[in-house]
Amino acid sequence: MAAHRTGLALNAFFAILWRDVVITGREFVPFLLQALMQPLFFLFIFGKVLPGIGLAAGNFAALMLPGIVALTGMIAAMQGVTLPLVLDLGFAREIDDRLLSPLPVWWVALEKVLFGAMRGAIASSVIFPLGKWILGAGFAVRGDRIAMLIGMVVLTGCVGSTIGLLMGTIIKPEQISLMFTLIFTPLLFTGCTYYPWGALGSIRWFQVLTLCNPLTYASEGLRYAMVPPVGGRDFPTLDLGWILFALGASVVVMFLAGCRTFHRRVVT
Amino acid sequence: MRSAPAPNSPDFAISPVPAVSVRSLVKRYPKSKTNAVDAVSFDVPQGEIFGLLGPNGAGKTTTIGVLTTAIVPTEGSASIMGIDVARSPIDIKQRIAVVPQQSNLDRSLKVREILTFHAAYHGVSRREREALADRLLGELGLAERKNEKVNRYSGGMAQRLMIARALMHAPDVLFLDEPTNNLDPQSRLFLWERIRALNAQGLTILLTTHDMDEADALCHRIAIMDHGRILVNDTPAELKKLIPGGTTLEIRASAPVAAEQEIRTRITAALSALPGVSKVDAQADEGDGSLTYRIYADAATALIGPAAQTIFSHGAQVHDLSVKQPSLEEVFLFLTGRHLR
Repeated sequence: MAAHRTGLALNAFFAILWRDVVITGREFVPFLLQALMQPLFFLFIFGKVLPGIGLAAGNFAALMLPGIVALTGMIAAMQGVTLPLVLDLGFAREIDDRLLSPLPVWWVALEKVLFGAMRGAIASSVIFPLGKWILGAGFAVRGDRIAMLIGMVVLTGCVGSTIGLLMGTIIKPEQISLMFTLIFTPLLFTGCTYYPWGALGSIRWFQVLTLCNPLTYASEGLRYAMVPPVGGRDFPTLDLGWILFALGASVVVMFLAGCRTFHRRVVT
Repeated sequence: MRSAPAPNSPDFAISPVPAVSVRSLVKRYPKSKTNAVDAVSFDVPQGEIFGLLGPNGAGKTTTIGVLTTAIVPTEGSASIMGIDVARSPIDIKQRIAVVPQQSNLDRSLKVREILTFHAAYHGVSRREREALADRLLGELGLAERKNEKVNRYSGGMAQRLMIARALMHAPDVLFLDEPTNNLDPQSRLFLWERIRALNAQGLTILLTTHDMDEADALCHRIAIMDHGRILVNDTPAELKKLIPGGTTLEIRASAPVAAEQEIRTRITAALSALPGVSKVDAQADEGDGSLTYRIYADAATALIGPAAQTIFSHGAQVHDLSVKQPSLEEVFLFLTGRHLR
């Protein structure tokens, strides 16, 4: 009986995941536009225009590209989870049909997280051809840490989607725009996206502050996997061990907290 | 649908497991002073249409919430087909289907996909779910617009689609929460027909309603709920027998304002003394200051003359007079002294 139940739950889980894949597949172009419009302009202005008019150093593009990959993946993952959840739990209740499927309630949250992470990873991946196209000769990614790069992209997606789960279960529909401003803006600018963490040494308080933002670790992790060595020396980043620990801890803590609030919202 | 014997068939008596069983169920929400559901117990045998009837806030939807795993009871227990709801929610979800008060249809999917995905969630094979979706869309008159999204569906169509969705995984028990609320009369009749047809195929149905006609027309048995409690639980015919004498004479009258309270008491006493009268209720209308007397009696028709005469003799005016045949509305009024809405 237990095995039968697990089989039933697994089947429901993948059917629900398939639903999300089908819907996103149908709206793939809008999804890409939503995810890529901002990085496209960032890459162009910061990677092409500023160096071109002499306001940024030549290798700025190579340092910024990993940050853009991290930011794009994280935002795409968060948005893929937060917005539908806020609307669903707020009034639409379209999620009820999935909650009434034969699987544990927290698996529905897990599916959201997994799907969000997939969205994030896809959005991150598209930055690479986009970057090559915009930056041209300025596009530089080391080729010997591909496995680490893939791992970081996936982990970044998971970080974004688990934060998205927690936000989606806390925010009320009427608070959406306020919360996005209050959460996204600081996240965006304290996440070491547009500057490497090591360069902040002269503004120590800010350097410490950025350590509270999971995006910092994602950006630095991607810098570790992407920035080509100069003169045979690796570009200095946060310690890889700390990066992996912080990202892993963020995923676990946010997921557990998100599952708790999710459960409270759907079972009273 | 798994077939179950109809309530009136001889096999019915040997069905040992009730489709739904609720024991001393209590739900108290945090910060609330009263229980939303207060010590409710009832059984629904397999193959029955059972109605929870009561005004808004009576505890009907909360009771359904507990039975459908969305609400955790504070005390007591509930089971479906012998399976404990709190202990085995996954098994329960596979055996029930829920049609909620407000549409919760998946607006990202097309109509037909809403059905096939629902079935996929419940492990119905692709071939089966494709065939069943087409059949149900046809039966419920939705086949022509099966590739649309539901945004443009009317309330009645959405309701039918939710019923089709509920049937996609062959549940044992179907929960309908206020199924015809806000529907036009034609859609309402269509839905009643469908509900009866589904029940005839063996499906056990538990519905909530605050519509007396609906409860009377559909349900084999009805539990009348008020303030979280079940007041009575019986067949519609038996419930109507609760009204003493069976018929009711209703008279709307007005008296001179100054003497209102005194005259009201005297009229009530005089009406109660008429032959065959078992109970008299008086209710004031705040708006026009009129009073409505409900006179419960064996033969209310015979009282028209004497009752009107009694009222005239106290100097009051009769505005309106009618004889009510026994109805659930009257039963509810009799039990609670209030109208349903």
